[in-house]
Amino acid sequence: MGTSTKGKKRRKKGCVEMKLTKPAVAGTLESSDAQVTVEPGPEGIELSIQSSVLNQYGKQIRATVLETLERLEITAAKVAVVDKGALDCTLKARVECAVFRGCGQSDSNIPWGGAVK
Amino acid sequence: MIPRPKPERFRLRRTMMFMNAQKPGLIKDAYIYGADSIMLDLEDAVAENQKDAARFSLYHALTTIDYGDTEVIVRINGLDTPHWREDIRVCVAGGADGIRIAKCESAQDVKTVEAATLAAEKEFGVEEGRTLLMAALESPKGILNAYEICTASDRLFGVAISGGDYRKCMQVGVVPGGIEMLAARGQMLIAARAAGVQCFDTVFTNLDDAEGFEAEVRQNKEMGFDGKSLINPKQIPVVHRIFAPTQKEIAAAEKIVRAMRENAEKGVGVFTVDGKMIDVAFLPGAERTIKLAKASGIYEGDL
Repeated sequence: MGTSTKGKKRRKKGCVEMKLTKPAVAGTLESSDAQVTVEPGPEGIELSIQSSVLNQYGKQIRATVLETLERLEITAAKVAVVDKGALDCTLKARVECAVFRGCGQSDSNIPWGGAVK
Repeated sequence: MIPRPKPERFRLRRTMMFMNAQKPGLIKDAYIYGADSIMLDLEDAVAENQKDAARFSLYHALTTIDYGDTEVIVRINGLDTPHWREDIRVCVAGGADGIRIAKCESAQDVKTVEAATLAAEKEFGVEEGRTLLMAALESPKGILNAYEICTASDRLFGVAISGGDYRKCMQVGVVPGGIEMLAARGQMLIAARAAGVQCFDTVFTNLDDAEGFEAEVRQNKEMGFDGKSLINPKQIPVVHRIFAPTQKEIAAAEKIVRAMRENAEKGVGVFTVDGKMIDVAFLPGAERTIKLAKASGIYEGDL
């Protein structure tokens, strides 16, 4: 897992601010995947996690999701994760995709290597 | 991010295996299978409304998985779709070794992808020219334009025929023996060799027909293909076995390389080995045989 990037602006210039405008889902309920749902929220991150390996990996899943949201500068959202034993990199990809979909910006000009890393 | 060595334009590519870019759980074991190259697919394996999601998965699969010596190619969506530009951005940003251009029909298609690739290299601070290209010829037009495609870019390492779409265009099905593909395979091979790039055959999709697969791989080797696209790991050892040079071929290649070296020191350009005239033109072939023998794990000499 990467180190915290708190406080650092990593987004590439020219990229519009991320603002969740609608609920969005990414991922599937297949084995080794995770389904992530995001909704715009009034304040703070409200995170719920469902996983068959919650006891073992709940903490790590939570940390990965929160870190990813922080990197994307999402500060107010309802987030639900249904984990089916996803690798860390899969989980990140699903959170990112759900957020970009929720912002209506998932199809082009993704800040690869910037906010997405 | 796991750094990858600079891609080599003319490396060994006997086996190029398709994998779904959306399934890192499978991709992470790719190097275990032993394919020379893997092709992570953003095109046909990904549903139209999941193209965005596949790119996020691909980016992390490219940057977090250690592929060892396995080459990592990404098949991008066709130039007639709204997806290909972002596909190229993610390939370059993620450090893919190469991009496979789907449904390539002209030199202009290659140049279009090349320009977008260069722009992405500049955007993401990747060494300019690092990202290689290959073109998939999937239509009669692509086959007819094979030579201009093969010579369209210094980044292009080879061309592959895509049988499914090609057969559809030609209104034929799969025929044992490959008569329906003979002209296309032949034309593409001639174009690739004339241009000095590599040439790869299409996938064999009937996994239950081991005999048919072997026969096709044998024909591929006899026709002069460099390798084959695959859809299943169990096809890999079969191709490697069939493409491996025989001990006789290896011995002959060794003799040529040694004789070349000795005669070069003496300043002799043309000489005979076992009664056959040999000059510098035989060297690349002999070296290729030894390289192939080494890669096949059957070389015991010291060259």
